[in-house]
Amino acid sequence: MSKFNLVTKGIFKENPIFVLLLGMCPTLGTTTSAINGMGMGLATMFVLIMSNMVISAIAGFVPAKVRIPSFIVVIAAFVTVLQFLMQAFTPGLYETLGLFIPLIVVNCIVLGRAEAFASKNGVVDSALDGIGIGLGFTAALTVLGMVRELLGSASIFGIKLIDGDGILVFVLAPGAFIALGYLLVLFNKLKSKIS
Amino acid sequence: MAKESTLKNMVVTLTLITLIASSVLGGVYAITKEPIDAAKTAKTNNAISKVVPEFDNDPSADKFIKELDEKSYVVYPAKRGDEIVGYAVESYTSGGFGGRILLMVGFNADGTINNTAVLSHAETPGLGDKMVEGKSDFSVQFKGKNPADFKLLVKKDGGDVDAITASTITSRAFCDAVTTAWEVYNLCAGETQTEKKEGTNE
Repeated sequence: MSKFNLVTKGIFKENPIFVLLLGMCPTLGTTTSAINGMGMGLATMFVLIMSNMVISAIAGFVPAKVRIPSFIVVIAAFVTVLQFLMQAFTPGLYETLGLFIPLIVVNCIVLGRAEAFASKNGVVDSALDGIGIGLGFTAALTVLGMVRELLGSASIFGIKLIDGDGILVFVLAPGAFIALGYLLVLFNKLKSKIS
Repeated sequence: MAKESTLKNMVVTLTLITLIASSVLGGVYAITKEPIDAAKTAKTNNAISKVVPEFDNDPSADKFIKELDEKSYVVYPAKRGDEIVGYAVESYTSGGFGGRILLMVGFNADGTINNTAVLSHAETPGLGDKMVEGKSDFSVQFKGKNPADFKLLVKKDGGDVDAITASTITSRAFCDAVTTAWEVYNLCAGETQTEKKEGTNE
């Protein structure tokens, strides 16, 4: 697989949300607005890239039986680093996403990529895989956030388009499922047309 | 690929990895501690200056803790010279729709509410979060009211507060937190009056 393909497959062919359906908890929880979805996506991408690189570097000398605990320690360390950094330098964003940041540790995308890709591939390839999957995740969350914000609060990226309330259910939990469901249909339709 | 697992190499690897991870975390913690504290103080100071009349002291340095119903609340006095011009009370309630709501309520010296600011909350975006100033007129109605003659209950419960549409629980919680702040304020205000009396007796 070429280096370019490594990045693009995460965005389309193996999109973590629309194709692999992984990491649903932060996906449904944080996408009440486009900016929140994007923030969560970028935070996860940072952890993905860093943990993928470190794990691919240490995978060679980690005994098979303690593989998972070792990977989780690495991932948790990066998530905590990210949490400290966000608290210090982007307190505004931390306020809205703070609750979900520790959950990145148990996001199955991160451990999934560590196990399925990083532990079997080189450092550079793993970093590229992290970028690809991270971009796919960010794009999916941003789109979902945009749809929910547009329908739910009649605004995009915090800019009000129409005065008044939108369809309130879309900012609530059920709206997340409904919006994701329709986006999945759309994505699959698009995919079958292309291939 | 992964090595054969023996007790020895498992213990050694795990110890090494956790050791490295914790030392990295320790390092990052030490570096970010100052900016995090600064960001927190800035936020509190910002909220204080928003909710009380103009002051020239440092309320964060003069803060004290008041006990009410076995819970403790932080109070920031605002002074101009030696005269107390208002109190900012950090109040909270766990009755919100999404759990805990942290409010900063500022009182003038005469007991009227000067302004309120939401410090943290987990209310639903688009519904309950309208209690945040600027998102709706809900918080504005508290300005300049004296809880002694302004009933801090939503109209549905027989009070004087217009609730946020479709967010009665949030509105109730908000009133609850402001009521708590008012009670804490009364404790403080009562104290300064007795202090003054004692002062004149001497």
